[in-house]
Amino acid sequence: MSDTANASSTETPAGGPPGALEAVIGLEIHVQLATRTKMFCGCELSFGEPPNTRTCPVCLGLPGSLPVANARAVHFGLMIGLALGSELAPRSIFHRKNYFYPDLPKGYQISQYDEPLCLGGSLGEVRIHRVHLEEDAAKLIHVGASGRIHGSDASIVDFNRGGTPLAEIVTEPDLRTPEQASEWLRLLRTTLRQLGVSDVNMEEGSLRCDANISLRPAGASELGVKTELKNMNSFRFIERGIRAEIARQEKLILGGGTVVQETLHFDPGSGAITSLRSKEEAHDYRYFPEPDLLPVRIEQAMIDAASADMTELPAARAERLRVEVGLSAESARLLAFRGELGDYFEAALAATADPAAPAQVLANWVTGELVSRLGEGEDPASSRVRPEAISALVGLVAEKHVSVGAGRQVLDRLVADGGDPEAIVAAEGLAAMDGGDELAGIVAAALEANADAATRVREGNPKAVGPIVGYVMRETKGRADGTEVSRLIHEQLGI
Amino acid sequence: MIARDEVLHVARLARLALSDEEIEPMARELSAVLDHIAKIGELDLDEVAPTSHVVEVTGALRPDEPRPCLPREVALAQAPATSDDGFLVPSPQA
Amino acid sequence: MSATDILELTASAAAAEIAAGSLSAAELFDVYQERAAADRAAGDHGLNCFTWVAESAPEAVVADKTAGNGARPLAGVPLAVKDLFCTEGVPSQSGSRILEGYLPPYTASAVSRLSAAGASLLAKTNQDEFAMGSSNENSAYGPVRNPWDRSRVPGGSSGGSAAAVAAGLAPWALGTDTGGSIRQPAALCGIVGLKPTYGAVSRYGMIAFASSLDQAGPLTRDVGDAALLLREMVGRDERDATSLQFPHPIELPTAERLDGVTFGVPEELTGEGIEAGVLESFHAALDRARDLGAQVREVHLAHAPHALSAYYVIAPAEASSNLARFDGVRYGYRAEEPRDLLDMYTRTRHDGFGAEVRRRIMLGTYALSSGYYDAYYGRAQRVRTKISEDFRTAFAAVDFILTPTAPTVAFGLGEKTGDPLSMYLSDYCTVPMSLAGIPAISIPCGLSRGLPVGLQVAGSAFSENRLLDVAHALEGALAFDGSPARV
Ligand SMILES: [Mg+2]
Ligand SMILES: [Zn+2]
Repeated sequence: MSDTANASSTETPAGGPPGALEAVIGLEIHVQLATRTKMFCGCELSFGEPPNTRTCPVCLGLPGSLPVANARAVHFGLMIGLALGSELAPRSIFHRKNYFYPDLPKGYQISQYDEPLCLGGSLGEVRIHRVHLEEDAAKLIHVGASGRIHGSDASIVDFNRGGTPLAEIVTEPDLRTPEQASEWLRLLRTTLRQLGVSDVNMEEGSLRCDANISLRPAGASELGVKTELKNMNSFRFIERGIRAEIARQEKLILGGGTVVQETLHFDPGSGAITSLRSKEEAHDYRYFPEPDLLPVRIEQAMIDAASADMTELPAARAERLRVEVGLSAESARLLAFRGELGDYFEAALAATADPAAPAQVLANWVTGELVSRLGEGEDPASSRVRPEAISALVGLVAEKHVSVGAGRQVLDRLVADGGDPEAIVAAEGLAAMDGGDELAGIVAAALEANADAATRVREGNPKAVGPIVGYVMRETKGRADGTEVSRLIHEQLGI
Repeated sequence: MIARDEVLHVARLARLALSDEEIEPMARELSAVLDHIAKIGELDLDEVAPTSHVVEVTGALRPDEPRPCLPREVALAQAPATSDDGFLVPSPQA
Repeated sequence: MSATDILELTASAAAAEIAAGSLSAAELFDVYQERAAADRAAGDHGLNCFTWVAESAPEAVVADKTAGNGARPLAGVPLAVKDLFCTEGVPSQSGSRILEGYLPPYTASAVSRLSAAGASLLAKTNQDEFAMGSSNENSAYGPVRNPWDRSRVPGGSSGGSAAAVAAGLAPWALGTDTGGSIRQPAALCGIVGLKPTYGAVSRYGMIAFASSLDQAGPLTRDVGDAALLLREMVGRDERDATSLQFPHPIELPTAERLDGVTFGVPEELTGEGIEAGVLESFHAALDRARDLGAQVREVHLAHAPHALSAYYVIAPAEASSNLARFDGVRYGYRAEEPRDLLDMYTRTRHDGFGAEVRRRIMLGTYALSSGYYDAYYGRAQRVRTKISEDFRTAFAAVDFILTPTAPTVAFGLGEKTGDPLSMYLSDYCTVPMSLAGIPAISIPCGLSRGLPVGLQVAGSAFSENRLLDVAHALEGALAFDGSPARV
C-alpha cells in the first residue's frame, strides 16, 4: 500500500543519461492460507466441490450471523511475519472495508487497515511494508444472457471460496525490473511453501499477485505516478505484464503525456493493457473497526508457537550451505531456492560414502548431471537414484576410481534402473585404468590410427587431439582418466 | 444544509435509489440531525482514546475445526433468483 | 385452573405450578396461544403485537409431562420473541419489508438456550424496522398500540414484546436494546425490561442493528421473572466473539430492604427535558428508596448530554454497514426486473427499506465517508470513552444510578413521526448506559396522566445480581399495579 506515490517531474537529474527512465515496482500478494476451515466460520475450504456446498450462515452473510477469527490463520500470519522479519503487532485489529459486489455477501470485506498483524521486514533485497489477514471473495461465473434475469447478462455466485483466509503481503517499491519481480516472487513462493502456510499455486489462485508500477528519471528519489496491474496468475504473465506496462508508461512519458493513477488489467492473450475502473466512482471504502470482532491480542505464547513451527527458510538455508557446507554462492542459492534439490543434496551429503564425496562436487553433480537427466521440475527424491548412490558415485569420481565419463555412464544406469554404483562399475568394467602399460599401448595404437591428427598436433594445433582422445575413450569404454590420456599423448609425441 | 450532490453521492455509496422528491427532504432531515450531533465538536477530546468495544476479551479466536455446512438446497432456498446451483444476479460486467 | 387464574400468574409462578404438576405446559400454552392468535387476527383492531403466532403447542410441550424435580428450569412456559431473532423455519423479518417471509435456516443462540431450558416459542413480536425507532411506528407490519391507551405508542423498538407482556398476550418476552429499545417500551407499557451488560448474552442470530451496542434481554411482568429468564440466557457463546462468560450464576432476587445501598441521581438526566409528571413519579420513587434504608445523593455524568449525539453517529454508522448485506442476492426482497446490477441494488434497497432505515443508512454512510470519519465516527468513539469514564467515577461513589427511563409517558401515534429529532430524544436517559455497555433495568414506578412511568436503575458491568436485588426491593415498595393493561 505504497499510496504515497505522487507525481514527480520527469526532468533528468544531472549526470544521468538524458531521458533514461527507471521502473519502480512494488508487489501486493494475496496468499490463500492452508487452514482446514475458512477465516471466520467453520466451513471446510473448498477444492472444487460442487458450487455452494461449502457454506454456512456466516459465509453466506445471513442476517444475524457473526464472524469468529480462525486461530490457525492468525498462527500462519505470525509465521509469515517471523519469516519476513516483520514486527508483530501486540494488538491487531480487523476493519470492515465497505463496498457492494455480488461476490461479497456482507457488503463489506473483513480485512485489516491501520493495525495489521505484521509491519515491516524484508525478504532478500526487498523490504516488506506489511502483512495482514482478510477473507477471500466468492466466485462469480459469467453466464451471459439469461432468460431468468430480464434479458440482460447474468452471473452466478458460488460462495464456496468466499471467506477463505488470505494473507496479503505488501512490499515496498524496491523492485526495478520485470525479471527481478518474478524472481523475487519465486523466492517468496518457496519461502511460503517451506513454511507450509499455503499451497502457493498460482494457476489455482492460491497465490495472486498485483503490481504497482511507476517510472521516474533514473537515480531520482521521488516516486512517479503509479498504476496497479491486477491479478496476474503466472510468473510468465507477471514478467510480460510488467514489461508491457513499463513500455506503455515509457511511451506515454516520452511522448510528453502523463501517467494517470488507475487500476489495469493485462490480457496475456493479446498482450493488451486495459483500464478496469473507467466508469466507476472513486472508491470510498468507509473503513471502520469491525465491531463483531475484538482486537486480537498477540500473546508471547502465540509467537512462541509460531516460532516452534518455523522450518529453515530458503534465504537462511542458502547462507548455511555457503558458510557451513562451503558451497559456492550460486550452488547454495540453487539448492536452497529449489527446496527439494536442497533436501536431496543434504541427504546425499549425510550418506557418508567411502571415499567421501566433496560437498561442492556433489552439489555440481546433483544440480547439473542429475537434474539434466530428470524430467522438468522432477523431485530427485522420487527418482531411482538414492541419495547414498549418488554420494558413492561422486566419491568414486572425486578419488579418480572412476573417470568423469564413466561416472556419467554409471549415472545413466542409476537413473534408468537404480542400484549401487560400485556394483555397476564392477559389472560393466568401468573402473578407471591406472596410467600403466595398458593405457600407454592404447594411446600408441590411437596415434597410429590417427596419424594425420597426430601430425597436426605435433605442428602445434591442440584442437586436433580430439579424434585421438576419442579413439582411446572408445577403446577403454571411457574408463581412462582424461588428464592421464592427454599426458601420454603429449609424451609419446615428444612435445 | 447538506448539498444535493452530497446527498446523491452518499446515496450512491449506500446503493439507495432516491427519487427527485426524496432528495430535498433527505437533505433537510440529515442536516437537522447533523446539526444536533455537531455539539460533540465543541468537546476537547484530543487526548482521549476512542472506544470501539466496551469489553475486552482475549482468546476469542476459533479453533481451526470444521463445522457442518448447510445443504445446498437450504443455502439457496431463500434466494430471489437461482440457476445452476448458484445465486443468479445481473452481471457486474454488463 | 381457570384461564383467568392462569393469566394472573407471573412466568415464574406458572413455571412453579408446572413443576409442581398443578398446571400442564400445554394448557398454559393454549391460554396464551388463543389470546395471541386473537390479537393477530384482529389486525389493527387489536394491539398488533405479533408478526407470527404458533398454531399450536409444540409437540415437546404436549409430550412433556415432567413434574417435580425433573422439570426443566423454564418448565415449558411459552415465550414471545422479538422478530429480529432468527428462528429456524419461522418468519424472522426484523420488522422489514426487505425480509418479508424470510425463513432462516438456523436459530439465534439466545433463543436456543431458552428452548433448551424449556421455554416454548409462542410468537414473534412486532418491532421497529431493524430495531430503529422508539415508537414501533417504523414497522413494515404496522404500528403496535399501547394496551394502556390504544391511541398511543408502546415505545420501541421492542414495542411488540412490551405490549404483549403488558396486555397478558404472552407471559414474558425477549427483546433487544441498542439505545433503550427494551427499557423505554417497558417503561411506556408499565412492565420490567432489563438490558444486560454488553457481552453477557450472545448476539448470534440477532439481526444486527448496531453491533457494538445490541444486547438481548427480558421483558417481563416483574423483576423475578426478569432474573429467571436472564439466568438461562447469559453465557459465553463460541459463535459470538464479543460474548463473555458471566462471572457468576444469575440468582433469583429476594431483597426487600435497601439498607447500605447508595443511589446516585445524575443532575444531567433528571432535569430539563423530562416531563413534569414523570419527574414527580421519579421523585416519589426516590422517597420510597429512602424509606427502604437507601441513601440517595447527586452525582454527575458530565458527558451524558452528549451521549445522544455520539449514539446517533455510532449506531447509524454500524447499521449502514450491517444492512449492506440486504442486497437482493441471497435472501429477501429483490426489485422486479432490474436493468442491471446497480439498478437491482438501489431499487431493492430503496423499496425494501422504510424511510427511517434509509435515513439512518444515509446518516451512517455519511459519517463514515472519506473526509468525515474523524469529525463524526472518530469523535463519537472518544465521547464514548468519556461517558464510560464518567460512569466509572460515579460508581466509585455510589452503588447504582437512578433516572427516569424515558422523558415522557407514552405519546400519541403519529405525534413524533414528522420530526426524527424529537423521536430520538426518547432515548435521552437510556443511551448513556448503552454506550458504556453497563446493565440497566426499567421498572414501573407509578402513573402519570393514567400512563405508566418507568424508573431506570443502572449498575456497573456484571452487577446484574445486585441490580436485580435492588430492583426487586424497589418493586415491592412501589407496588405498581399492571393488571389494568391485561384486560
Ligand atoms: Mg486485499
Ligand atoms: Zn461458512
